[in-house]
Amino acid sequence: MKRRSQFVILAAVSTALVLAALAKDNLKTIELPDDNAVAKLKPGPGVDAVEANCMGCHSTDYIVRQPGGDAQRWQDEVSKMIKLFGATVSDEDAKVIVNYLATAYAPAPAKTSKKSGPGARARKGEQPQP
Amino acid sequence: MDASRFDMVMNRRRFLRALGAGAALTGAGAILPSSLEAVTDPALAGRPLVRYPEKTDLILLTSRPPQLETPMHYFQHAITPNEAFYVRYHLSGVPTKVDLATWRLRVAGHVERPLELSMDDLQSKFPAARIVAVNQCSGNSRSRFEPRIFGGQWGDGAMGNAEWVGVRLRDILSAAGVKAGAVDVSFNGLDEPPTSSVPDFAKSLSVSTLMDHPDVLVAYQMNGAPLPMLNGFPARLVVPGWYATYWVKHLSEITVLDRAFDGFWVKTAYRIPATPCGCAEPGTKPTRTVPIHRMNVRSFIIVPENGARVAAGRGTILKGIAFDGGNGIAQVDISSDGGANWRRADLGGDLGPYSFREWSARWTPARPGHYRLMVRATNRFGESQPFEPLWSPAGYLRNVIERVEVTAA
Repeated sequence: MKRRSQFVILAAVSTALVLAALAKDNLKTIELPDDNAVAKLKPGPGVDAVEANCMGCHSTDYIVRQPGGDAQRWQDEVSKMIKLFGATVSDEDAKVIVNYLATAYAPAPAKTSKKSGPGARARKGEQPQP
Repeated sequence: MDASRFDMVMNRRRFLRALGAGAALTGAGAILPSSLEAVTDPALAGRPLVRYPEKTDLILLTSRPPQLETPMHYFQHAITPNEAFYVRYHLSGVPTKVDLATWRLRVAGHVERPLELSMDDLQSKFPAARIVAVNQCSGNSRSRFEPRIFGGQWGDGAMGNAEWVGVRLRDILSAAGVKAGAVDVSFNGLDEPPTSSVPDFAKSLSVSTLMDHPDVLVAYQMNGAPLPMLNGFPARLVVPGWYATYWVKHLSEITVLDRAFDGFWVKTAYRIPATPCGCAEPGTKPTRTVPIHRMNVRSFIIVPENGARVAAGRGTILKGIAFDGGNGIAQVDISSDGGANWRRADLGGDLGPYSFREWSARWTPARPGHYRLMVRATNRFGESQPFEPLWSPAGYLRNVIERVEVTAA
């Protein structure tokens, strides 16, 4: 009798494990980590407008990883976000954002020499970075 | 609160939590010591290794939506492990829960019999097809372009190669019965935009493309296991030979159209100049564009890595991978003198024309000093790689001959 009850318990546990395994295969859940905190926006006038308008859709690393650009380049990017990607940003905020980005993320200084090979060699007569 | 508003709030919360988290990531992700690549490859400088769900340590490009890059050492082998496979999302509404009890793949539009297929239907009612294929982001290596291009600043690790098992799209479309006059087939997945004003990610392929391409799959298995969530669980489109933008993840809707698909992600985004090379004069805007499509030929030296020291006068093994858009790799050549002289490398096993092809070569640096190693692949159609990089306006199609600088001592 004792043996039989052990068997029943074992069978029930096995069934539960199988059902749990099936359920596990049927249901997948993940938890995404927080935004990357090492890619902080540089301080500066207008940074709050960037945080208020841009960070609803993407993390700050979408900004800080870019190569840097002048006001025209960043204006193009902000316009792209508004016109193509549907960001809702007021005209006033857009100006503040462009000004902040062009100051905080200005073009990188021109490189004088490149030791890398053909994969990265600058061409003669190449346009300076916009 | 509607769903998109809820997502906005959740996104914002995650952002605020991150602000308060100081220099360390909390929760499911963790910052680990910098990778070797980050030291030797300036494109990866400042980018931490992170661990996302079902993933091993990958190089963080962006956290929301997530973009994670595969460290190059994984490409010593033709197959990229699922946990090391790169991750790329366009929109922050990433699915975090999928229940196969309710998930359905809907096939609708210009068809005789609209379908709602469960995972069980896919696996029991259709023959399984198996293919090894490279999935490479259109913008892989974008950080290398000069002049620089805005967008995801990938190093070279936005690619991977896996064995995919699934149902041929052709079989699914036959079951649905495509009506005469069908033009395009569009594909949508469970990922969503953060607000309704942002265009949902959806792609299309023309019916004529699909006629010519029987190997397009709806894949439910990747390297013998269900897909990781961040690679598209429970099923994704596999378009062998084509850039990954078409490989729609978390696939949920297939719609046959009797007109051209006019969605943002085909009509406006992911376009290349309508030139034979898909390239343009650096810094210029193309006059006419077409949707990006087949991958060009690429090859990489994985061992030794850039900046490595090797023994002078002693044999060392060079190895790496080569791939193309589906013709298959015919030949890989290497140079140890900056491209003046080339010799043939040995090719590894052939896993099919869409796969990475391993290559290896024995090389003995005769004297101590600096060497520039280069690799160049040629496919069965005779296409190869340019010595100087070509430039494309959106930072796509990079396939210059790669080089690695090593010192023999």
